Amino acid sequence: MHPIIKLVSQRLALGFLLLFGASALIFGLTEALPGDAAQAVLGQAATPEALANLREEMGLNRPALTRYFEWLGGIVQGDLGTSLTNKLDIAESVGNRLGNTLFLAFWAAIVSVPLAIFLGLLAVRYRNRWPDKLISAVTLTTISIPEFLIGYVLVYFVAVKLGMFSPLAMINDSMTLGQKLNSIALPVIVLTLVVLAHMMRMTRAAILNVMQSAYVETAELKGLSNFQVIYRHAFPNAVAPIVNVVMLNLAYLVVGVVVVEVVFVYPGMGQYLVDHVTKRDVPVVLACGVIFAAIYIGLNMVADIVAILANPRLRHPK
Amino acid sequence: MSDTLLKVRDLKIGATVYPPGEKPHDIEIVHGVSFDLERGKVLGLIGESGAGKSTIGLASMAYGRGGVEITGGEVWVNGRDILKTSTGDIRKLRGGEVTYVSQSAAASFNPAKKIMDQVVEAAVEQKKFSRKEAEARARELFAKLGLPDPDNIGDRYPHQVSGGQLQRCMTALALCPEPDLVVFDEPTTALDVTTQIDVLMAIKEAIADTGVAALYITHDLAVVAQVSDDIMVLRMGNTVEYGHTDQIINNPQEEYTQALVSVRSIEHEEKKPTPEPVLSVEGITARYKGLNFDVLHNVNVDLHPGQTLAVVGESGSGKSTLARVITGLLPPRDGEITFAGRKLSADLKGRTREDLRELQMIYQMADVAMNPRQTVGTIIGRPLEFYFNMRGAEKRKRIIELLDEIELGETFIDRYPAELSGGQKQRVCIARSLAAKPKMIICDEVTSALDPLVADGILKLLLDLQKIEDVAYLFITHDLATVRAISDSIAVMYQGRVVRYGSKSEVLSPPFDDYTDLLLSSVPEMHLGWLEEVVAHRKMESAGN
Repeated sequence: MHPIIKLVSQRLALGFLLLFGASALIFGLTEALPGDAAQAVLGQAATPEALANLREEMGLNRPALTRYFEWLGGIVQGDLGTSLTNKLDIAESVGNRLGNTLFLAFWAAIVSVPLAIFLGLLAVRYRNRWPDKLISAVTLTTISIPEFLIGYVLVYFVAVKLGMFSPLAMINDSMTLGQKLNSIALPVIVLTLVVLAHMMRMTRAAILNVMQSAYVETAELKGLSNFQVIYRHAFPNAVAPIVNVVMLNLAYLVVGVVVVEVVFVYPGMGQYLVDHVTKRDVPVVLACGVIFAAIYIGLNMVADIVAILANPRLRHPK
Repeated sequence: MSDTLLKVRDLKIGATVYPPGEKPHDIEIVHGVSFDLERGKVLGLIGESGAGKSTIGLASMAYGRGGVEITGGEVWVNGRDILKTSTGDIRKLRGGEVTYVSQSAAASFNPAKKIMDQVVEAAVEQKKFSRKEAEARARELFAKLGLPDPDNIGDRYPHQVSGGQLQRCMTALALCPEPDLVVFDEPTTALDVTTQIDVLMAIKEAIADTGVAALYITHDLAVVAQVSDDIMVLRMGNTVEYGHTDQIINNPQEEYTQALVSVRSIEHEEKKPTPEPVLSVEGITARYKGLNFDVLHNVNVDLHPGQTLAVVGESGSGKSTLARVITGLLPPRDGEITFAGRKLSADLKGRTREDLRELQMIYQMADVAMNPRQTVGTIIGRPLEFYFNMRGAEKRKRIIELLDEIELGETFIDRYPAELSGGQKQRVCIARSLAAKPKMIICDEVTSALDPLVADGILKLLLDLQKIEDVAYLFITHDLATVRAISDSIAVMYQGRVVRYGSKSEVLSPPFDDYTDLLLSSVPEMHLGWLEEVVAHRKMESAGN
């Protein structure tokens, strides 16, 4: 068997194993929290008898392990359970929200990843000169400011003062793509500013590392221009670490956008999760946790696989 | 019009250095060097490390490696001073008029790109040929350089061909754009001797066929004598001697050149084996984890107290693996090792502190074998604490004794490795191993990274120390001259097997087996025409078979 296939299938298997572990951890942790779903539902009306009845009804008296595997079995079949608070099917509510979050993350990635890599290349080309220092200074500044602050500043100056873009990022199915993009422009900018620095710095560092190699000298001695040397000879060898940090940031764009979604009142997963955490809606929290874990593990798995594929020694064995 | 292609006048090159604990400052590393090179001729630049030979070679492409900068003088290529020309013109020069072959083709080929893409890149980029023409030319060069399957080898990635083949690909890369001048920077140094001969011959023929001029940079006078018309001997950035190859080899004027020509003056009388060997390796068979073939096959050798066993072979012969087995880093699949009369545990974990103390090791790369943040005193003192529990004044006295033994002296005790030369670093490593009062030291290519004259000093020191300390050496090397200089007995290894084993006089006297014959005849000799003689002799032999 080709070693690539073996390595990639190993990664995939490990990914699933990890996801299984994550689901157990999430379930275990919510179990360990004081109080259970029955208490949460009854709230003030929780008399011992009512609690016992409801627990019986919800099947909470059965052992945790049984409930875990039931829950897991449901997830595998696409059944995420029912929300305690509004009795709606979680899969349905999440589906819509997740779509919105992915939509926002997708456009933030479309802007930020090429921009970060381009800025990284530019920083390498002019290393230790003013363009490099300017890029580093600006990106490090934007990563250092809390995203809600950037969010509000942008809302005030861009949306309110300049009248560009919408201050609230409301979207719905009846909007055209252009309207949607106009609506999410500000959160996309905020997210881009937050993730830019990591990816730019890693691109710069990875390429600079490769720039020390003898084959880069060979390329320079072929009379290639600096940019040709960087993108033809240095970049292909720096792909693995760059993809790694890009994937981490993409995961952040999906999983970590809670604050930005709240600032812009965006109907995504973040808001949904925050709402239901405050209501102690355990099934929803569990479902969101598993989805986030799956996205996180999935993206990192992609990074691993890209790193394997980027290695010519593995791609073309002797 | 004169036929001068490259004219260098009073070339001065500087660099910024960052010594530890001092402010960075500029130093001059080449102090006004001048020479001429005519079209189609080969000039050999020879010298030890730090002589500035590579720096001068790269200056002919207006290139400075790292922080190196050309600070003065003139470099004329094809009638213009390239130090005063535009950036665009320099890009036309590099890869168009002048090309470069580096010491390590393995590092100089981009691992992520196919060989063909890299070989034709300069020619296409410089608009000398279309992509198609360049590929045709590359295939022609592959064939001329004796590469297997020249039509398809370009489709492979660098890691898919051997080191010797890659070095030839690098030569093809340099010749592909039809340059006027090729700078060969130690192109065969990283190769095994038996491979070196073929590559050397391929380069020589390619130079003759294409009529290209060449700067041939090397530290090996015997090699440069085979390929160059003129030779310039450099030392610490100055020209020592500059003349025709014949004159430099046969009638050197300067003392330094004479020393280079007559290097390897060490004579060592072979000692007779004793009844009781200190180390006995019996039937060792070993393989690395995850591999499905053995890298050592039934190896049997003995080492006698106070003597030297040279294990000689080319890369991949298993000689370093044997060292790993003896030190316990790689437990063998079969066989056993007896050391100082007792059976050694196969695994490092099973060895006693006494086993560890009596069996020491010295490595090829002295600078990575020392902690750069520890002083020489700390480095040598560590085994004294660990094995003998020495402290304070007693320890210091012993460190100074050891420093005297390695001819460095007390003043070195507070220095850091970065403040030492390559030879001094290796001496400190020797002192560290001697501090343990071992019965035996494994020396793994300990002189390979050193210049010939420095290496000679280290070998002399090792022989002297052997007399004083009565320590045995297992001396691993690929260099037959070193073997001659230092050994009492020799084991020749090839593909994981000992193919010839015995006392020095036996092993180095005919009749030889095929491999030993090939190995011995491949060592470059310091006379003109040696290369042609060997190649002709081999052709005759293979025709005879």
